[in-house]
Amino acid sequence: MAEVSCRKIVKEYDGGVQAVKGIDLDIADEEFVVLVGPSGCGKSTTLRMIAGLEEISGGEILIGGEVVNDVPPRDRDIAMVFQNYALYPHMSVFDNMAFGLKLRKFSKEEIKRRVDEAARILDIAPLLERKPRALSGGQRQRVAMGRAIVRNPKVFLFDEPLSNLDAKLRVQMRTEIKKVHQTVKTTTVYVTHDQVEAMTLADRVVVMNAGIIEQVGTPQELYHNPATRFVAGFIGSPAMNFMPCQILDGNGGGLLVHVNEQIVLPIPAARVDRYRPYKGKKMVFGMRPEHLFEYHEQAKPGWERVDLKVDVVEPMGMETMVHFFLGGDPICARVAPETECHPEQILSLTADMNNMHLMEADSGKVV
Amino acid sequence: MSATTMNSGASERAAGRKNSLHRQRLWALWGSYVALAVFAVVFLVPPFYTVVTSLKSSAEISAQVGSPWIVKNPTLENFWYLLTYPNFQTYYLNSVMVTVLTVAFSMIISVLAAFSLSRMGFWGSQLLSTGVFLTYLIPPSLLFIPLFQIVGSIGLINSVWSLVLLYPTLAVPFCTWIMIGYFSSIPKELDEAALIDGASYLQILTKIFIPVAMPGIIAATIFAFTVAWGAFLYPLAYLYTSNQMVLTVGIISDLIRGDVFQWGKIMAACLLASLPPIVIYAFLMDYYVAGLTAGATKG
Repeated sequence: MAEVSCRKIVKEYDGGVQAVKGIDLDIADEEFVVLVGPSGCGKSTTLRMIAGLEEISGGEILIGGEVVNDVPPRDRDIAMVFQNYALYPHMSVFDNMAFGLKLRKFSKEEIKRRVDEAARILDIAPLLERKPRALSGGQRQRVAMGRAIVRNPKVFLFDEPLSNLDAKLRVQMRTEIKKVHQTVKTTTVYVTHDQVEAMTLADRVVVMNAGIIEQVGTPQELYHNPATRFVAGFIGSPAMNFMPCQILDGNGGGLLVHVNEQIVLPIPAARVDRYRPYKGKKMVFGMRPEHLFEYHEQAKPGWERVDLKVDVVEPMGMETMVHFFLGGDPICARVAPETECHPEQILSLTADMNNMHLMEADSGKVV
Repeated sequence: MSATTMNSGASERAAGRKNSLHRQRLWALWGSYVALAVFAVVFLVPPFYTVVTSLKSSAEISAQVGSPWIVKNPTLENFWYLLTYPNFQTYYLNSVMVTVLTVAFSMIISVLAAFSLSRMGFWGSQLLSTGVFLTYLIPPSLLFIPLFQIVGSIGLINSVWSLVLLYPTLAVPFCTWIMIGYFSSIPKELDEAALIDGASYLQILTKIFIPVAMPGIIAATIFAFTVAWGAFLYPLAYLYTSNQMVLTVGIISDLIRGDVFQWGKIMAACLLASLPPIVIYAFLMDYYVAGLTAGATKG
């Protein structure tokens, strides 16, 4: 068990390309942190630098308070689970899990005790004698996790471990990983490009983009209070709706938001002071699909009516996603499944302005 | 009605397609059988003729009566002669020794070289791997005169040890090249996992790479074996006394005396000399074909 700290770490490849541009990150003991971001954002590189598989071009990495920049991977006391499992094909499941312990000269009894314990936690005890080729994808990934668990390392590193599994198995294994962390409580750094995985697993999520950290926070913080347009768009599924807008003066000292030069909506009184400095500037209006729902007669404060022409309807069972166009920008709304709607129909919606987001068009900063 | 017509038309077309597919498959099958039969005949006639001749007595061969493809009085006298002939035993033992040592040295060198070239990614490793292969492209016939000087300067002319020294120069480049290919096909994550598990580079090589790349190692071993067992030019150039000769030159220098060809004994010697390759190929092919890497990563 240990905390992990990254201090201004940089990864520069030959030719001057920077994959990681000086990030700072502190991960507490026993914390489950997920690095999430699109392909090429530097999340895997960061993880590999923590593992010692990539050299660090600048900055410092500390594990358990010690600088490990020049410590080889085997002396960092970490365990890693790879995207494509990386099981040793010629060894049985038992030997795969025991390999690291054998190299570290553990006694046979201790190796057996640890492997059996990990196999019990992961429910793979009946598979111990099999070779990896005789296992399904999910089983292989469990063995890969088992190999990490038996070592009882200071830190677990997961590099997109569920990307190769089918959708159903992925959900199942996600729960397994969470359960394992609740049992084993080792500091964990987990890399994924799937924001749902990030949200469901993490104590804290680190959103990365183009080699920098956009925001660090709990899943709820990121969801409700994104710091940038990138985070707002990346976290949440379906993604947040974005439209260009302008802030205008309203009646009685209030403010209005003129969205896409099509509709005008009043800004809730509680936000007026916050948004006033941005009056007349180029801004972006953001609203999640779940805050755009079917029209209710008994409106709450901040609920505003919007009428839009339906483009596509996607019934999902427990909800229906309805897509519209507003001045060329696609908009998605999440309505109750019993709401009647069909293409070309004008649908009355409620926009919950209490949950609107306003961003600077240039910097993407949420204000 | 029209729907019925359409349906039946469609099913006829489908049946027609199926028939034409069936016909194509049949043609392909016959084509391959004919090609394989021609191939088999071309390649099996010489060994058959060797067997037939080796079973004939010298008298029967020189009589040249009847079909040369048929043995009238089969005899094992040629084999018996060779097995009890001390020189032949010496050639055989020399060949075995040279081959075993060549294979061992070549494999140790090429496995280590291939591992470092394919995995350790040091400065110039790419260039060096290409260079290794290029040396294989230089024909041995160009090298044997300069090599003669080298072998002479270290006092190994007419010594079977000169072959132990020289054969690896033929086998190592190609074996290294094969092994680089095999090692490169092993997912990088496998050595990274081992590195994190606590393995040193040498342990990664011995405990992960060698077992996983066994088909490649066997392929390279077969190659090195073939080079050492069948090489003719170097032993012909560097060895001249019977006690140092290997099979390839021993057979021709001992069983061809002037213009007298002892065909029965030559053929029997060829068969005896072919035994080790046949046994080794038959035994190792099973390993060679078996895919050992299945299940390492998502396939």
